[in-house]
Amino acid sequence: MRLHIKNARIVDPASGKEGSGELFVADGRIAAEGGKADRVIDAKGLVLAPGFIDLSARLREPGHEYKATLESELDAAVAGGVTSLACPPDTDPALDEPGLVDMLRRRAKALSRARVFPVGALTVKLEGERLTEMGQLSDAGCVAFSQANAPLADAQVLWRALQYAATFGYAVWLRAEDADLAKGGVAHDGEVATRLGLPGIPAFAETIALGTILELVRATRARVHVCRLSTAGAVDLMRRAKQEGLPVTCDVGLHHVHLCDMDLGYFQSQCRLEPPLRSQRDRDALARGLAEGVIDCACSDHTPVDEDGKHLPFALAEPGATGLELLLPLTLKWGLAQRLSLAATLARITSEPARVLGIDAGRLVVGAPADLVLFDPRASVRITPAALKSQGKNTPFLGAELDGVVRLTLVEGNVVYEA
Amino acid sequence: MQRNPQLNEKGELQHLLSIEGLPRAILLQILDTAESFVGVTEREVKKVPILRGKSVFNLFFEPSTRTRTTFEIAAKRLSADVINLNINASSQTKGESLLDTVANLSAMQADIFVVRHESSGAPFLIARHVKPHEHVINAGDGRHAHPTQGLLDLYTIRHYKKDFAALTVAIVGDILHSRVARSLIHGLTTLGVPEVRVIGPQTLLPTGVEALGVRVFHDMREGLKDCDVVVMLRLQNERMRGALLPSAQEYFKHYGLNADKLGLARRDAIVMHPGPMNRGVEIDSTVADGPHSVILPQVTFGIAVRMAVMSIVAGN
Repeated sequence: MRLHIKNARIVDPASGKEGSGELFVADGRIAAEGGKADRVIDAKGLVLAPGFIDLSARLREPGHEYKATLESELDAAVAGGVTSLACPPDTDPALDEPGLVDMLRRRAKALSRARVFPVGALTVKLEGERLTEMGQLSDAGCVAFSQANAPLADAQVLWRALQYAATFGYAVWLRAEDADLAKGGVAHDGEVATRLGLPGIPAFAETIALGTILELVRATRARVHVCRLSTAGAVDLMRRAKQEGLPVTCDVGLHHVHLCDMDLGYFQSQCRLEPPLRSQRDRDALARGLAEGVIDCACSDHTPVDEDGKHLPFALAEPGATGLELLLPLTLKWGLAQRLSLAATLARITSEPARVLGIDAGRLVVGAPADLVLFDPRASVRITPAALKSQGKNTPFLGAELDGVVRLTLVEGNVVYEA
Repeated sequence: MQRNPQLNEKGELQHLLSIEGLPRAILLQILDTAESFVGVTEREVKKVPILRGKSVFNLFFEPSTRTRTTFEIAAKRLSADVINLNINASSQTKGESLLDTVANLSAMQADIFVVRHESSGAPFLIARHVKPHEHVINAGDGRHAHPTQGLLDLYTIRHYKKDFAALTVAIVGDILHSRVARSLIHGLTTLGVPEVRVIGPQTLLPTGVEALGVRVFHDMREGLKDCDVVVMLRLQNERMRGALLPSAQEYFKHYGLNADKLGLARRDAIVMHPGPMNRGVEIDSTVADGPHSVILPQVTFGIAVRMAVMSIVAGN
């Protein structure tokens, strides 16, 4: 199929270029010029950008199909303009065997919606004790190795894991949280948790763990991506680590850029997240760090949770929120608040995550795969359960009116979503 | 921020979930109403027909004898039908959900749910899901709140001290785990007590407790100086396990109330305790049973305060 998209405001975050014009697609790739198009799309008033890349979207398969399925979540992905996503290994069973990874990729491919990049388990069953067969998992298609939110309490295991991964050049994605200091905690250890009587997780649970990780990177030179920063202290540590030249990158979940512990209100279980929402100061430091590029990427941290999981007292509620379909509006909202250009804003969910993943995507150049999104930056949408394609209907933004509506999503030149 | 979930559209008390956020006028209304009920509890026929035909469900997801009993007595003195349900929280997680339990009881025509739960915020969740004519009273949720205890503490203080605006109140001990302390602090600051102190080791004080409007003392002798009211908190034995304290003996040495330390407070100071007491751990028997102690009157007032709360919410 040959496409001709005209009158679009074309934004290429990788080069920083913005301008109105046209773009051609042929044979699944961005083409120099059209010839005779099968379809001409008039994109007046719309932005044309590379499809979004989400570094953390839980698809819940295998094992948690009652919460979501590959089908429902990949529908949600393309409806949100997401053309590539990485899924963490905390499925049931965990993604610790090549067969599971292979099956997941085949199932995803058969649905032919967004591209799925599995992140393999770093340790067997995510138990933090024995290393997985990273070589075989890598051959099966794992792009990195991670513990997801499972703790890796034994620093010696972490050291060995990084040594082993560094030997073969595998990327390791880690959340920085000291398991002992976080034990039993469900909210940011501060005035709000004190008032609500919720057990706290101190900010230094993150900075201490991050200090350990960075020291081990210094020793092993392993390529590490730090997931879901939540504290101002961690942003400072990452800034210094990058100045030093350590091979590290990091991301932040978009909830943490917009919300803080005050949003817990009267025990809103929608705000039960991992890591916890922290103070206003932390939130502001994360938003700034993302603008300055200390934080490389924003992600949705999409985690579908069913009603039963949220209709519980705060501490007992299951952590997580749906996010794929909020990735664009929440990124736009952040970019606007930081007074960034559209190209700089979208870089955090296109070219930058492509760089972290090491995939050929996230840029608008001739010959690149035609993973594209057309969206209306001024149209607004009210976030309601019915409006969400994801099986997870829980988000702190329920009822909110947000700008940024996806009109068309292309993966490899094929229309996978149109509204 | 959402509307205070305890109040109806007219700003009246619909549920009692926490003292925090309640206007001074409502607190005083409860205390005044309680005062009128103290007379009832001293009569030979200890009953008034205010809640006749109404059903009060005591929904206890965490074991409690004392609080449940006082709610039961209070409801019976208001002529309500009382149904006690003790639900083991751990078995509950495997079976019926919290909201299903409430929905089932609601179908049995409940009017008031008295809820105790080990998880902070549980009564808020229930209050969001009950029918408009049903009322929820928090009988203690996690570390968060125990508003009727806070109210009976306020009642006791007012009974003995009259003017809140001239008082120094010290709360001593395990503030970190204490819903009683949180509720009392909110009540005291709302009613205009100029100085509320908390006294304890760092391990038993929650992060940022100053933001609740209290002064922090680690030295009990310093903290008790010139206090009008001393509230001792119960110390659970399990605190010795989580590396919070070395031993009960050492705790008593630093933070136990004995006659010597009490001597630093005002001559007419009163000593309170939410019970049950650990004699020799947080309080010495000579003080617990001494002339400054108002620990038993607290229990008596507690029934009147719970009668007041139930009659007010049921009337709104």
